[in-house]
Amino acid sequence: MKDSVILEVRGLTKAFGGILALNNVDLLVREGEVVGIIGPNGSGKTTFANCVSGFVKPTRGEVYFEGKRITGMAPEKIADIGLTRTFQIMRPYYSLPAYKNLVIPLMSPRARRVGGWRGGGKLGDRSTVGVDILEEIGFERDSYVPYKLASSLPTGYLKRLELARCLALNPRLIICDEVFSGLSVSEIASLLPLLQKLQMDGITLIMIEHRLRELFQIANRVMVLNFGEKIIEGPPEQVIKDPKVREAYFGSEEAEEVMKYA
Amino acid sequence: MNIKEKRKERLDRGIKVRCDGIYALMSFREMAYLAFPRLILIVGLILTPFLITAEYWERVITVACLYGLLAVGFDFLAHYVGLVSLGGAFFVGVGGYISALLNTQLGLNPLLSIPIATLMASIVCTVLLLPCLPLRGVYFAIATLLYPLLAGRIIEALDIFGGTDGLRGVEGLMGHYTPIYIAILSSLVFMFGLRRLVNEDVGLVLRAIKDNDQSVRASGISVTRYKAFGVFLCSLGGCFAGAALVHIYMWAGISLFALDFSILPIAATVVGGVHTLVGPLLGCLILVPISELLREFGTLRIVFYSVILLIFIVGKSEGLFNYAQRKYHQFERWVEV
Repeated sequence: MKDSVILEVRGLTKAFGGILALNNVDLLVREGEVVGIIGPNGSGKTTFANCVSGFVKPTRGEVYFEGKRITGMAPEKIADIGLTRTFQIMRPYYSLPAYKNLVIPLMSPRARRVGGWRGGGKLGDRSTVGVDILEEIGFERDSYVPYKLASSLPTGYLKRLELARCLALNPRLIICDEVFSGLSVSEIASLLPLLQKLQMDGITLIMIEHRLRELFQIANRVMVLNFGEKIIEGPPEQVIKDPKVREAYFGSEEAEEVMKYA
Repeated sequence: MNIKEKRKERLDRGIKVRCDGIYALMSFREMAYLAFPRLILIVGLILTPFLITAEYWERVITVACLYGLLAVGFDFLAHYVGLVSLGGAFFVGVGGYISALLNTQLGLNPLLSIPIATLMASIVCTVLLLPCLPLRGVYFAIATLLYPLLAGRIIEALDIFGGTDGLRGVEGLMGHYTPIYIAILSSLVFMFGLRRLVNEDVGLVLRAIKDNDQSVRASGISVTRYKAFGVFLCSLGGCFAGAALVHIYMWAGISLFALDFSILPIAATVVGGVHTLVGPLLGCLILVPISELLREFGTLRIVFYSVILLIFIVGKSEGLFNYAQRKYHQFERWVEV
């Protein structure tokens, strides 16, 4: 793991009317790290992702990506320099076959400039590269899954498609907004090695998750949000034992899981 | 009592190797199977001028094909880019006036002024529509509707470009068959061109914007730029129709901004079949002649016309082409359960 900082968030604040969805959140992410963001429902995790990726303009605070100030930049500009995201509610292109879904990121100025996933797609062979990415990410080519319409794919594949769409862009950092939710335990188990592989490839991951057990298997560090404020940040095992975290999760769906770590 | 229950079974025919919308052609038979319906349309349209003798009906087909350009453009923008445009009349008007001006002021030959005007007018229309591009759904529709209304009134109020009299003395097209072939060939080229484009990589981006513009932005692509490109392509058809009309009627006037040009293409799209690009052209080739046939009924014409439209839309809301396509690709049979 290299030591250089890839993402720096300083005092990020977002107010919706009188409600502070995010209050003065700081975060440093180093290159090649997997950082988890957890917290009960409504704690501001997705708002954090929206503010960093440019879909929502923060009220206050600064975001730096690879030393460049990206606060308030348009999402397509932020994606263009290598910071992209998946959506919690999946947003595939339902009317297109799965592999054609990946032609879109491969058509982006970034992919044309620096090459898409592993430098591919520059020669106009975008459909072929699309199938390759999907095969790598677990779409069985032999059973024609990459050629199926996105609207006919089950959730597990759609979650992978979300990730594939990010990967096609050849990104430096991906914010994964709940890629595990709605997946079965075995589906997650098959997704974990893939994420580890991405980390090996040098892609930095920020993972917003509710599935703590699975997250802790790959996360180097975890930040806990509650009511828009950062309560604690540190290695997963240490964070989960903190009384403040237990208090935050008290009465929520994940409370039982949190208590298991006692 | 033993009542045999039956259900309808639908089977694909024609192409053996397929997966959803993708198929592999394995023989000349399969190629012919796909080429046949396309050839009917192309050959049929090209032969039409020889089959009809009355000059009046030649004019009707010419106008129908020009409406077809608008309808195909509407279908493309609405169902492949996700922008429902009511600005058809604006494209026709701008294209028409620019072509008429090029011809009367600069003395350009119609065969030059039409393509130049098409290009210039499309650029003008696209630039003027840029502020509307962030809008979606009915908001975009209503905003584009205002453009032809505004343009017509501006010409009237400022008395420019001949004011309410319009521009007279526009040169006509030489040759008896020139107008009808210009209309037929342009509509075929525009329609087949767009059908090809929507499956190319650029077209996929446009379709993706319709499906989910947020994902497109997260993929580092400027949605506005591509939407503008879509509007430009759509306006090419409309502006060409306007430019050609001006030289056919040898006159450009405020009626080029008439809302017929915005509304009829939409009706034709619904009748012919949305999301097909062919359907709208077929719709125009059906609706425009029907509207002419009904002239004998005088004032009741609109009544009959509306009733026919309603029967089409309510009775076969998928549109004629979607229906025909399904029947061509699948056969049905009753099987016992």
